[in-house]
Amino acid sequence: MSELDYDPHDLGHDHAPGDEPAESAGHWVMNYSIGLALATILTVGSFILPALGLVWGPSLPVALIVLAIAQMGVHLVFFLHITTGPDNTNNVLALAFGVMMVGLLVIGSIWIMANMHHYMAPMPPEAMTHMQAPAAAPTVPPAF
Amino acid sequence: MSDIVPASAEAVQRVREDPHRLGHRAHGEGAPVMGAGHGETGPANSRIIVGYGFWIFLLSDIVMFSAFFAAYAVLMNATAGGPTGRELFELPRVAIETGCLLLSSFVCGLSFAASVAKNRMWTQIFLLITGLLGAAFLYLEIDEFIGFAAQGATPQRSAFLSAFFSLVGLHGAHVFVGLLWLGTMMAQVQAKGFSRMVQHRLLCFNLFWHALDIIWVALFTVVYLMGAAT
Repeated sequence: MSELDYDPHDLGHDHAPGDEPAESAGHWVMNYSIGLALATILTVGSFILPALGLVWGPSLPVALIVLAIAQMGVHLVFFLHITTGPDNTNNVLALAFGVMMVGLLVIGSIWIMANMHHYMAPMPPEAMTHMQAPAAAPTVPPAF
Repeated sequence: MSDIVPASAEAVQRVREDPHRLGHRAHGEGAPVMGAGHGETGPANSRIIVGYGFWIFLLSDIVMFSAFFAAYAVLMNATAGGPTGRELFELPRVAIETGCLLLSSFVCGLSFAASVAKNRMWTQIFLLITGLLGAAFLYLEIDEFIGFAAQGATPQRSAFLSAFFSLVGLHGAHVFVGLLWLGTMMAQVQAKGFSRMVQHRLLCFNLFWHALDIIWVALFTVVYLMGAAT
């Protein structure tokens, strides 16, 4: 065997991108159980948080949103197996794009509509009900 | 005896055109390759491509849901003098619905683990439990809608209720479609066993069911918990 036989390209332990090592069923069950436990804690937390009164009232929505985002993270990691490994780069990039679109849509809509609401001229209450529920107050032409 | 031969003109040209050999095997099919990155080149196997494609679909579905969420957030207070979320929502029912869907997602994961292990009996049992929990969720949701309608809270009543019924109803419709898919998958596992195609479909179904649970997390927080608290 001469030196020429050495092929630097032959690493011997190459693997296809994203190919997971074979995992036993026990590993999967363990993974899902951890996810279920964490998700249960976060769900119970968000349901009893308003009743407990531990959080200052006006900040309650923020606390609930934080718990929800944490739970979505738990779902992504333990149920959907999105990780930071090199075999997951494509999945994470697609997720990042999706999160960007969701953020633009939701935050943008709320921002623009709140802004329009802010600049709207104040109206008398009867005009407001007229605007919101046209069916309830049918327009009758004034009879002269 | 060495089988290294001097590079042919053709091979030299190939290397010049594609120095990192992206997507190519150096010495024909099955040859070890070293390309750009970590020595991994060439197309991924079909399971990874199928999973990735379905992941893109799920993300686009989530973007669609976000439009409904945005509409709900904007119209949340436009009750037009009708019933408000605070008056309508029953949190114990929502808690049970959440429990059903979370457990269903967990059992669906177990069925996926059983299908990876090619165990037909446990795959079917876990899929059946997944479906029953999903059906229980759907029953509770429809029962809730009927109760709302009996109180006069129909989608026509106010912009808030229109947004509520379209957002929650859209999720419910996804769960219904998921149940139909689940029944189909159980029949396919029974009839075809764990062929490659069936394995791919089970992977996609698993992703779909977990994504529905993620959307439900956003939904019960934004619609029910924040609606009942404020």
